[in-house]
This record gives sequence, C-alpha cells and structure tokens, in this order.
Amino acid sequence: MTRARPRGRRVGLPVPVLVLACVAIVFFALPLVGLLWRTPWADAWTYLADDDVLTALRLSLVCSLWATALSLVFGVPLAWLLARVEFAGRGIVRALCTLSMVLPPVVGGVALFAALGRRGLVGEYLDRWFGITLPFTTAGVVVAQTFVAMPFLVITVESALRQLDTRFDDASRTLGATRWYTFRRVTLPAIRPALVAGAVLSWARALGEFGATITFAGNFPGTTQTMPLAVYLSLETNTDEAIVLALVLITISFAVLIGLRDHWFGRPDRLQGTATA
Amino acid sequence: MRRARRLTIALIAVLGVASAACGGGDTESAGTVTVFAAASLTDAFTEIGDAFTVEHPDTTVVFNFSGSSALVTQIVEGAPADVFASADPSNMTKLTDADANATEPVVFTTNLAAIVVAPGNPTGITGVADLATDDLIVVQCAPEVPCGRYAAQVFENAGVSVSPKSLEENVKAVVTKVTLGEADAGIVYVTDVIAAGADAEAVEIPAAVNVVAEYPIAVTAGAPNPDAAGAFVDFVLSDRGQTILTSYGFVEP
Repeated sequence: MTRARPRGRRVGLPVPVLVLACVAIVFFALPLVGLLWRTPWADAWTYLADDDVLTALRLSLVCSLWATALSLVFGVPLAWLLARVEFAGRGIVRALCTLSMVLPPVVGGVALFAALGRRGLVGEYLDRWFGITLPFTTAGVVVAQTFVAMPFLVITVESALRQLDTRFDDASRTLGATRWYTFRRVTLPAIRPALVAGAVLSWARALGEFGATITFAGNFPGTTQTMPLAVYLSLETNTDEAIVLALVLITISFAVLIGLRDHWFGRPDRLQGTATA
Repeated sequence: MRRARRLTIALIAVLGVASAACGGGDTESAGTVTVFAAASLTDAFTEIGDAFTVEHPDTTVVFNFSGSSALVTQIVEGAPADVFASADPSNMTKLTDADANATEPVVFTTNLAAIVVAPGNPTGITGVADLATDDLIVVQCAPEVPCGRYAAQVFENAGVSVSPKSLEENVKAVVTKVTLGEADAGIVYVTDVIAAGADAEAVEIPAAVNVVAEYPIAVTAGAPNPDAAGAFVDFVLSDRGQTILTSYGFVEP
C-alpha cells in the first residue's frame, strides 16, 4: 500500500493517522500561539530587566540542574536495581519510587514536610544533630524538584535496561571485567540515549516544578522563588508581566529540547530505516 | 478513492469530538446561581448557600472558591459567574474597570488581621513587635495578594521591621505552615485562625495598628441568572446572612 512520494519519503502514513497527528500538533501549538499573540511586546523588555526576574531565572536554572544531577546519581542505580535484580516486593518498590509522578505536587510538599520538615520524621534530627533545616532554603527547592523529577529518569532508564541484551554484560564479565567496570563501560554507554532522554525529562519537570516547591520551600526572592513561582505571583497583579516571564521559561526549555534532540538522538531521518521495517 | 473516504471519516470524527467539546457550556438551568467567592469565605458562604436554598427551594447555589485575583481573571475571560464576592476592593475595581459588573459593589463584611501561632502559643508571642527577631520563623502572604499588603501595613503601623522566611501565595498557605509546625508565626485573617480550629491559636493585633479588610460583593455583567444573583446578594446583606458571617469571625461593616 505504501506509495513512493515525489520527494523520496519512504514512509507512507495512513491518512487518518496523519489527520489525528495534525490535530495533536495544533492542540499543542495553539496555546503557545495564543500566548505569543497576547504578549505585550512593547513592554516586554521593562519586565525582563527587573532584577527579581533575573534572580528567579538564575535560581531556576541552578536548582533544576542540581535536581537533574541528583536524579542521575541516585536514579540510575535505582533503575538498574529495578531492571536487573529480582527481589521480593520489587513491584511495590517500583510503584513507591514513581508515586511522586501522580501525587498532586502540593501533597508532595506536605509529605516532604512530614519527612524532612522541622517537625518531620527525619527532619527533626537533621535539625537537632546537624543543624540542617531544609524548608525555606534553596536546598529545599532542590529536594522538592528532585522528588518530583527523578521518577521520569528512573522509568526511562529502567525500560532501556530491560530491553538491553544482557549477553553484552555477560561477555564483558567472561573477558575478566569487574562488575563495576562492566556497569560503567558496557551497560551505561549502551543506554546513553535513554540516559539523556531521562535526564532531559527530569530537568524539564524540575524547571517547571511549582506545587511541591512553594509548599515545602516557600517563596522568597533570591532563596526559593523560582521562575514558575514568580510567574504565578505576577499573575496575581499583572497578567502582562506573567506572560512575558512564562515566555522566557518556554523559550529556554524549547531551545534546550531542540538542541539536545539533534545532538544526542541523531537526526530523525537517519532513524527512518529501522522505522519502516 | 479509498484514501479520500478515510480522510472524510477522520474529519467527521475530529469535528464530532470538537463540537462535543464546545457544546457542553450552556446547560445552565434557570434555577442555578453561580457564586465566585474569595477563598477566605469558603466556610461562611457554604453555610449561607445552604440557608439561602432553604428560603429559595427552587434555586441551587454553586460556588467557586479561589483567590480573588484568580476569580477576577476567570470572570473577565468569560467564566459564567452570577455573583462575585472579593476579599479586597482592588480586585473588585479590576472587575469594574473591565465593565464586568452589573450592580454597584457593596461592602458586605470586613475581616481583621491576626497573628497565627501554634496551639498554646509555645514561643510566647504577645504582639507584632515580638515578630521582629531572626529567632522566629515568620511567614506572611506575598505582596501581590491582599493579605500580604495588609501584613505589610500592620508592620508599618506598628513601626517594626520583620524578615519573613517565605512570602506565601495565599493566606491558607500561611496557616498551613504554622499548623504543620514549620513556621512559628504568620499574619492572617481572624477568620482563618477560627477556621483552623484546635490546630492554631490567634494573638490579637490591637485596633490601633490593625487593618480592616473590606469585602465587596456585586452581580456580574454577564450573569446568566441576574434575578437569582440579586436575591443571593440581598440574602448576604440580610440579618440572617450577617449573623452567619459573624459566627465565622467576620465583622459587620
């Protein structure tokens, strides 16, 4: 049924699929176009030159990168454990570690209080023994973002590990490599696309995080007010400013998502050969 | 040919979904009055709504409680509200500026600011001046929301400089921080402390430094049911409505 098309496209897409896909594109593009249409371009620069905005933007970038780094450090081993090790209650552990994806973020923030707050299960002792308090601090923002963002990395990496042929690992081991060496030099490189995809997903989630952050870390310019919080609060008084701020956040995310896609996953046309099979 | 037919089917499906999505809006029955009210009115207005329906059995009251500024945005964007009750005059002004009110706004109740502390007042706070120390974790509303402006006003009236740890997005978030034990004190409305019950306690702010938060109410210009809306506003202003408001800590204007 596939027909050759003039410009050498090899994939013949069924028309209904194409139509539905176009509806999906419009569904995503339209709100963005609406936002651009509403943007007060003439005043945009005045809003952006505000010191508070730059502070919030910097804080957002720093915290979301920290959250991504923590997600990688702890999330990859967790994904490996869930994918490769058979143990009783694995399903429960997996559900537990991805629960924060479906939890309303504000509830997530309250749960973090219960664990790490001044009166929390662990937080009380962190405060008493080490003088560490997380609520209302920048570290608290990173904790809240990591809490909601890490599952995106764990799920992506776990599914990649499951699809990976374990015989590569076995070969490496029979050739005398240690477990740690095999993990670093064979397993991790093989799942690089999933690692990057997972990291980007969790970074994007951390960058947009609102509910858990404002609940657990509060809102104070310079220490805990990230861009989403600044956008929300400016919406209270000045819709125009909120739109401009939101646009900044969108532009940055958009640039990163596009840049990474081409750089790390290869160009889409190179992958087509496998897709048509 | 086959492709054309498939395209037609797909288009029909898409249009069907689209029209179904658009058609759900205007099923308002004649006996429903939709009230958009400030979050701090949640408990009092719910009881007023019940009392109103006892007097007007043919009318159903539907509430949308949220921050006043969010509600104004929704109404100006075309949400089907009959009545708007705001927690401060400035948000009502936004509605008037957009020509979105049908009746002149009336101040129907007032609220006072108070210091919210944990039950038993463990840190022994006696007044606003006690909050000006870094040993206490004080939270207040952000300057963008009414309770934040009132808090700043109270501190200015008392001549104290307080460094809050967080500027919360709404007044209930301030109460939550204190009831969870994460903050030692916050500036909220008297009614919020009463609503928190046994989980919180109020330290009064003397009238000399306190502020009076005025709550205006109006029928909206686009009210689908203006008659019922007017009846609801009258009921809020009646003795019965005022008694209910007073029982939740509001003060008659």
